[in-house]
Amino acid sequence: MTAPDLIVAEPAQDPAPAASRTLRRPSTPELSAGQKKALRLARTLVWPAIVVAILVTQIPFLVTIYYSFQNWNLMRPGSRGFAGFDNYVTVFTGGAFMQSLSATVVITGSSIVLSVLFGLGIALLLNRKFFGQGLARTLVITPFLMMPAAAALIFKWSMLDANVGMVNWGLSVLGVDPVQWNTDFPALTVIMVLTWQYTPFMMLILLAGLQSQSKETLEAASVDGAGPVRSFLHMTLPHLRQYIELAVLLGGIMLLQVFDPIAIMTRGTGGTKTLSYLLYERAFVGLEIGEAAAYGVITVLLTIIVASVALRLLFKIFSSEGAKS
Amino acid sequence: MKRFEMTKSYSMKKRLALSAIAFSSVGVLLAGCSGAGGGAQQADGPVTLTLATVNNPQMKDMEELKGAFEDSHPDITVNFVAMEENDLRDAVTKDVATQGGQYDIVTVGSYEVPIWGQNDWLVDLGPLAEADTAYNVNDLLPPVREALTVDDSLFAVPFYGESSFLMYNKDMFAAAGLEMPTNPTWDEVAGFARTLKSDDVAGICLRGKPGWGELFAPLTTVVQTFGGSWFDEDWNAEVNSPEFTEAVQFYTDLVKDAGEADPVSTGFTECLNLFSQGNAAMWYDATSAAGPIEADGSAVAGKIGYVHAPVKETEESGWLWAWNLAIPKTSNNQDAAWEFVSWATSTEYINLVGTTLGWERVPPGSRTSTYENADYLAAASAFAPITKDIMLGVNPTQPGVNPQPWVGIQYVTVPEFQDLGNQVSQDIADVFAGRDTVENVLNKGQELAQQAGDAQK
Repeated sequence: MTAPDLIVAEPAQDPAPAASRTLRRPSTPELSAGQKKALRLARTLVWPAIVVAILVTQIPFLVTIYYSFQNWNLMRPGSRGFAGFDNYVTVFTGGAFMQSLSATVVITGSSIVLSVLFGLGIALLLNRKFFGQGLARTLVITPFLMMPAAAALIFKWSMLDANVGMVNWGLSVLGVDPVQWNTDFPALTVIMVLTWQYTPFMMLILLAGLQSQSKETLEAASVDGAGPVRSFLHMTLPHLRQYIELAVLLGGIMLLQVFDPIAIMTRGTGGTKTLSYLLYERAFVGLEIGEAAAYGVITVLLTIIVASVALRLLFKIFSSEGAKS
Repeated sequence: MKRFEMTKSYSMKKRLALSAIAFSSVGVLLAGCSGAGGGAQQADGPVTLTLATVNNPQMKDMEELKGAFEDSHPDITVNFVAMEENDLRDAVTKDVATQGGQYDIVTVGSYEVPIWGQNDWLVDLGPLAEADTAYNVNDLLPPVREALTVDDSLFAVPFYGESSFLMYNKDMFAAAGLEMPTNPTWDEVAGFARTLKSDDVAGICLRGKPGWGELFAPLTTVVQTFGGSWFDEDWNAEVNSPEFTEAVQFYTDLVKDAGEADPVSTGFTECLNLFSQGNAAMWYDATSAAGPIEADGSAVAGKIGYVHAPVKETEESGWLWAWNLAIPKTSNNQDAAWEFVSWATSTEYINLVGTTLGWERVPPGSRTSTYENADYLAAASAFAPITKDIMLGVNPTQPGVNPQPWVGIQYVTVPEFQDLGNQVSQDIADVFAGRDTVENVLNKGQELAQQAGDAQK
């Protein structure tokens, strides 16, 4: 309870030289008792929000940690008990985890790369003035607005079906034999659906980036004799860098949780068992709640590590960009 | 300075008080959440029964007709809570484990009835059914009743049941000059399939979609008629035995040579689609498929012949599945619950469905008398007699060549089986795609199966 008071009191006793103090926020003059009282009241009023925030965000995770130390199969209620680190041992020795991790990296990684590339292409096209630009933009965004399960069903039945699918029909026109998408190329199938869904998302972010680029600079470049390719490579792309990084980070966070196309189309076969599908299987097919919770905890830890490395990278880039301008 | 100290301690108190209010308001919130689950009822006076059920058409018919039951039992109201299969299991498990008493009647598949019964979750309905002469418990189809009985306790009664049979397109067979025997062997069927396979038509549709209830429903029956099994009598795994291997090799080869395209995508629904559009010459699947195949709108209605499940070493090879009604031990209204359960699984209810909703909507495969009902036989003449023959012919205590330590045909009634079946079926998808061999996959399966078997010893 006294900690905030200490922080408030600190600047007065701070022996730091004046040079470094100017970098800090403007040093506060001594507060009157009334102001301090008002500050304390303000801080007190924040407490309920903090408590609720902690409860809402952290309790499910704490409960998951608790479950991960339990030996708990839904169908064997009698044998529930403390399991120690058994579930974690199963996770790391079972072999499923590493396979699943690599499946997640492959599927998430390729979908992000492909959707950024396609998104960039479409954003460049949409960045020009033409008749019906707004309509075209809306049409292009549609896949992202679709529910993931609906998108997976459309791909399963209308696009990739071996008998009546449009993709196989299109290939047959070109003289290619029908392809058994889910059987022969399960990972590619999932990547196709995800790329289709996330391209518009990437496109939106990159389009915002393109529209924030000043036209004058580009004009100046063309006056100086830079062709479209050179000005794209040397001006537009560096300008877009932070937007691409943001798109990759957000896309990565969303795609790590992908579940629907795998559950609906490939059922985790042929290198498509991502971490979220594996977790679902352990909990709802294996009915091993403890083991599933252990997978969940490991997944969260990994995500935190990856996200914080990615975020730090991103902040570094943002701040260096800021220093340049 | 002194005054400052005083205000500080004053505001400290105030802060503590505010914090306490904050905490307690959260506490009230939490208490509100936990209060929702309670509310058990007394058996006296009007009773409201809560029925947890899976959301499929036959159950919706039951909900539609519950008014008839409530009219004849004015003290009892029945509430339906329809859920997905997984949600149902989760909800009931939690309710039973916490002694919640939220559900008075639950719908349970035949795979889980023995497991739940052994967990002491379900009321033994045997004595209630025996005591109720009007219920005529001996009319329940014997194999189904057997599958629901553990150590002489009948833990559930069937609402509807099914087996599996072979369906074939009579036009295609006639055009090719082939004749389907009533009791075909798998070798004959494979021959037909390879003859009838063309660019547009699959010789046979067999499920390939991973899942213990998808791929392994038909595949386990094939394994058993080839002389294999998941476990021997002492729960030793037999997944890489020569018979099991031969059966899986046969099945995957048949699908690759003469089956549907993209087998990993193909389950019950996809086969139904293919077959009812006339794009497959044969289909081995559930007897309940006959309903939609003969329905209006099917391109092949009236052109389909139905014969027994193909065999190799055994006499009969159909599977056995039933959706059943059971009463959890935690129910506070067990007598009223039995009133409803016995009504919904009675001959009276079957007649009610027939006369009000139509005879083709009668829940099949639960009672022998259904197959003696002239109206039903007239509406389902193409497949009803053979369904009855198969359902009476299958033997859930020993479906394969060798004795087994569980009752059930296309599944093993241990909690670990759905996980085991699921994982092995996912690996078999690699065989369909040519990424792996049957031997490799079954050697992996053997290890998993042995772990599951060891848990039973």
